Amino acid sequence: MSEVAIRPEAAVESDILLDVADLEVEFHTGNGVVRAVDGISMQLHRGEFLAVVGESGCGKSVTALSLMRLLPPKTARVRASHIMFDGLDLATLPEPEMRALRGRSMSMIFQEPMTSLNPVLTIGDQITEPLLAHLHMTREEADGRAVELMRMVGIPEPERRLTQYPHQFSGGMRQRVMIAIGLACEPKLIIADEPTTALDVTIQAQILELLKDISEKLGIAVILITHNLGVVAAYADRVNVMYAARIIERGTAEDIFARPAHPYTVGLMRSVPRLDKPRVERLATIEGMPPNLLAPPVGCRFRQRCPIAEERCQQTPPATQVEGGDADHTVSCWRTDEVQTNAATLYGVETAVEAAKAPHGNKVLLKVDGLKQYFKISLRQGLMTRHVDIRAVDDISFVVHEGETVGLVGESGCGKTSAGRAILHLSNPTGGAVEFDGRQLGKGNVAAVRRDMQVIFQDPFSSLNPRMKIGQILMEPLKVHGLRPDKASRIERASELLTQVGLYPYMADRYPHELSGGQRQRVGIARALALEPRMIICDEPVSALDVSVQAQIINLLEDLQREFGLAYVFIAHDLAVVRHISHRVIVMYLGKIMEVGEGDILYENPLHPYTKALLDAAPVPDPVVERDRQRIILEGDLPSPLNPPSGCVFSTRCPIAIADCRSIVPPLRAMAAGSNVACIRAGE
Amino acid sequence: MLRYTLNRILLMIPTLLGVAVLVFLVLRVIPGDIVEVKLSAEGNIFTEEQIRAERERLGLADPLPTQFFRYMGGLLRGDLGISLWTERPVLEEIGGRIGLTVELAILSTLLAVIIAFPLGTLAALFRGSWLDYVIRVITIGGLAVPSFWLGMLIILALLLTVGTLPPLGTTSIFADPAVNLSQMIWPALSVGYRYSAVVARMLRSSILEVLAEDYVRTARAKGLAEKVVIVKHGMRNALLPTVTVIGLEFAFLLGGLVVTEQVFNINGIGKMFVEAVVLNDLTMLQGLVLVVATAFVVVNLLVDLLYAALDPRIRYQA
Amino acid sequence: MSVEAPVVTQIPAIDEPSEDRALPGIRPHRRSFLDFVRQQPLGTIGFVIVVVMFVAAIFADYVAPYAPEEVDFMASPALGGGQPSAEHLLGADAFGRDILSRLIFGARTALSVGFISAFLGCSLGAVIGTISAFAGGKVDIIIQRFIDIMLSFPIIVLAIIVIAVMPKHVVLGIDINLIVAISIPFIPKVARVIRSAALTIVTLPYIDAARAAGYTSNRIVFRHILPNVVAPYLIMLTAYIGQAILLEASLSFLGLGVVEPTPSWGLMLSGVNADYYLIAPWTIIFPGLAISLAVFAFNMSGDSLRDWLDPKLKL
Repeated sequence: MSEVAIRPEAAVESDILLDVADLEVEFHTGNGVVRAVDGISMQLHRGEFLAVVGESGCGKSVTALSLMRLLPPKTARVRASHIMFDGLDLATLPEPEMRALRGRSMSMIFQEPMTSLNPVLTIGDQITEPLLAHLHMTREEADGRAVELMRMVGIPEPERRLTQYPHQFSGGMRQRVMIAIGLACEPKLIIADEPTTALDVTIQAQILELLKDISEKLGIAVILITHNLGVVAAYADRVNVMYAARIIERGTAEDIFARPAHPYTVGLMRSVPRLDKPRVERLATIEGMPPNLLAPPVGCRFRQRCPIAEERCQQTPPATQVEGGDADHTVSCWRTDEVQTNAATLYGVETAVEAAKAPHGNKVLLKVDGLKQYFKISLRQGLMTRHVDIRAVDDISFVVHEGETVGLVGESGCGKTSAGRAILHLSNPTGGAVEFDGRQLGKGNVAAVRRDMQVIFQDPFSSLNPRMKIGQILMEPLKVHGLRPDKASRIERASELLTQVGLYPYMADRYPHELSGGQRQRVGIARALALEPRMIICDEPVSALDVSVQAQIINLLEDLQREFGLAYVFIAHDLAVVRHISHRVIVMYLGKIMEVGEGDILYENPLHPYTKALLDAAPVPDPVVERDRQRIILEGDLPSPLNPPSGCVFSTRCPIAIADCRSIVPPLRAMAAGSNVACIRAGE
Repeated sequence: MLRYTLNRILLMIPTLLGVAVLVFLVLRVIPGDIVEVKLSAEGNIFTEEQIRAERERLGLADPLPTQFFRYMGGLLRGDLGISLWTERPVLEEIGGRIGLTVELAILSTLLAVIIAFPLGTLAALFRGSWLDYVIRVITIGGLAVPSFWLGMLIILALLLTVGTLPPLGTTSIFADPAVNLSQMIWPALSVGYRYSAVVARMLRSSILEVLAEDYVRTARAKGLAEKVVIVKHGMRNALLPTVTVIGLEFAFLLGGLVVTEQVFNINGIGKMFVEAVVLNDLTMLQGLVLVVATAFVVVNLLVDLLYAALDPRIRYQA
Repeated sequence: MSVEAPVVTQIPAIDEPSEDRALPGIRPHRRSFLDFVRQQPLGTIGFVIVVVMFVAAIFADYVAPYAPEEVDFMASPALGGGQPSAEHLLGADAFGRDILSRLIFGARTALSVGFISAFLGCSLGAVIGTISAFAGGKVDIIIQRFIDIMLSFPIIVLAIIVIAVMPKHVVLGIDINLIVAISIPFIPKVARVIRSAALTIVTLPYIDAARAAGYTSNRIVFRHILPNVVAPYLIMLTAYIGQAILLEASLSFLGLGVVEPTPSWGLMLSGVNADYYLIAPWTIIFPGLAISLAVFAFNMSGDSLRDWLDPKLKL
């Protein structure tokens, strides 16, 4: 059972820090009134770590901003019965007094570290601002405290970095600066709005550990807004689950994960692939999309997507306490009993059935041999220009069989995307060979392979030509390759493709901007299928999508693989997703392959220290497992590709590195059970 | 910063070279023989012989490459050639009249900036209010109203209100500053109006954009006073694109000077331009264009340096 | 439950598109004309003025009360007359010519010269910019250098140089060399903007998808890149029509553009026409107003077109 941290001094005061009743936020847009927050009530204890979970558009960020009263007064109307914070009612507090609270007793950290700091002011200037404004320190005192804060958040060489500018810091470091700013005046509450979504997995772990640490040591309450269930399980004491501007379930983290009581919560949990459990045959998918808040449905807002919706769901269910759970565990659902008994199969039997990936063919389709992709950039140093090679992909080799999915996983800068583009010959590889179906690809014969090798991209918003209708986008490849000579058969094929990816033929007449992100991604897949390829390179196809939509696309890709015998090179940074969809997984770091292994074997028994670190850094949606976990959090930032470490590229951050690691480039060697590892100490 | 400056100065050189070459090539294509025009202006009847002789004397009969090298050589020595009309060194002619134009340019720029900054800032901070609309109408006018017409209207207005015409003269500022300024203020206003409109519009949209940025939200989240947020966090960033526009629009300023000098009868190089074209004075035109282009390139360099001084991302490349 | 497509079991609701992705390209065409009128009042006024000007120019012969060259010395300010009256609604100029009629016929000059030069300059600039962006490498560098050099000259200086060197060539009463002179300064400006728009597009995934699907370079440029630079192109076009009109007026004012007796607003402000402006202010007030109004109308149309198509488009 989790313990709510109560500081001894606070025993006299109430231990409820924040008490919100009936919070409503309305936006007056050109199209009408949007109620982004629809009557939310919540409580937060001192020192507590609360997670607010939900998908985009559910109102979690708006809630946070309205607590801080940071919403623009002209467009947003905020109403509440009361917002009690440490004895003051924020709903009626005059602005000057609110300003005195902001940045002092309550502070906020935002999602994008790249744009949240002012580029023309020094870091020291920005950290000392709240100190000077609220605590009226002198310049020297403030600078001293700033250095102390920077040390507290783990920024090395703080004195030197005081006079540096944001662009000289990495993303993870910038987020630490934001935390330092948030901590400056010893607040009682820190609100963190998706603080690690834009960061790499290993950096994410660092930042969240830091946040948790600070919360526990200094007794600061934290509201963490996130969509990542693993993060929730690892760090939160309590959870509020939001959907379509309402809180639909709340409770302690243990309870929520052990006994989810709302179909949406169940759906979220079962649509995310797991690292700690065996693979399921099919991910749960929540059909459809969140409702349009301009005209929300009457009654329960989830009912249109709910697998067990019925008549009475047209009335909004009240919050009821969950049977067999904690006193604080409440849910808004008429059929919550049903949910609890049938949670495993609520979204279909296959979501509970364990199954390994279906086997693939034996024929080698793609052979990558010593692939290199270097990019030349010019650095201006004084009057001279130095030409440097960025080794995006540095000698990688692997094969892909017919019908097989090979996952390429790694953090930013590891070269996975560059590798995908090099294989497709969208860029000219600097060295090495790519063989498709026995033919080596070179400048001349790439065109011949274009039909067989296709690609799907990450960003649904920019992967379709905004000036072309969906139908035109799908028919164009047919026309170019002469597959369907007359227009009528092309139209027919386009309809066929749309149906295959789960869309409706009438959408052929729409433009991309009229579709949602998930729908656009399906169109991208349909376009790739149009040429009847044998292999598709999937470049982070689900990273930009909401969790429930991700599952839809993953299931679709698997269905298509089964039906058409497609091979995939699946590039992603989410380990769990890669594990679910791949037969084999390749782990990359700074342009090199660290480890290659068969699906489950790699995850159960990682041999390379980097693979271990990646797996350690990824939190698992199970609080019990997370509390007991021993993790090694990697220190430091990813090295700059302009200056890769000598010897093993991972040696600078490796917990088991020895002297030899800096001088020897470890070759990829075969170990037991079909894994290949590039580490001189693997298997010791 | 020093490195950056040196770099930019070095980069200027090929551009200037390109300008010089382009000017040379283009102006050799002139039809209409300057020699004929010149000789006929003196009222004489001339023979083929005389035309040829005159041409040779003026160095126009030599093959193109020879003329080119003479031209480039002259440039390096600071010699811009001899005016084909007055037969005096171009540099001297320009030097004599450039002072007024330079003064006019500086005055217009100052006026423009002094007017634009408060207007642009107010329009942004009071967005949507009547003040904003009034300012926007004023700035729209600046883009649409021809500066020479504005000059004429100013003269007309002065006549109708004060009863006298503005002093049209060419008193040097060193000779008598008061008289000089009373002469220059009006043309400076009519040229500066457009300039100020462009800068004000840019400043307004820049401030609005900056105030919507994430880091301004962070500043507010720190509980800083709104004034601090706007000035410290907003303005400095909004200045960046505005400074760029000030540099770019300087070209329009130079253009506006050409017409304004006509209206106010100021004996600067703007007026020389028109004279040179009408008289087909090849070398004079060449020299003028070079001077103007060089001035523009130099101004752009200064603007770039100012930008770098304001934006640490340029000064310290990560 | 057996597994079969379609995965979607109900008609999906169509979302609002996400606001924080702005693509270089045109946004929904589905919004109606009435929406435009409502949301962009100034722009609508601008468009209306433009249309009125065009109609007046085309039907000048029927609309104008007098012929533009018709002289009536009795009405000249030199002889004390020419005030705006029932006979001459906007007054008469130094030669006793009706100002209103000359304004209407002057619209022909302004619009034809302005429109043609702007169209010529912008279109050439757009093509050069796109080629430069797509070709990349050495071609791009050379074109860029050239653009840089041309951009070192103020517009009017460039125009004057061209006028100085080109032979006069009049077609249908329009000066060809004037049109060329005015269009040339626009080419580098438009080329630069279109080039950077095209460069942005070239990095977008749908171009990669097109290349991965084996489309030819021609197809990619004409079917995928050019249509998406139409928006910035249109916006610059409307802005530069206004500029072109101003430039024509300035050049005619300096005596380097249109010459007598062709009516041009700029010409009406210079030389003999303007000699008497201190006693006959109407001779200069109305032509100047005409210029300002025309430029204003085109600028407004362009501004609101930009806001309408894509508010995030930065030029």
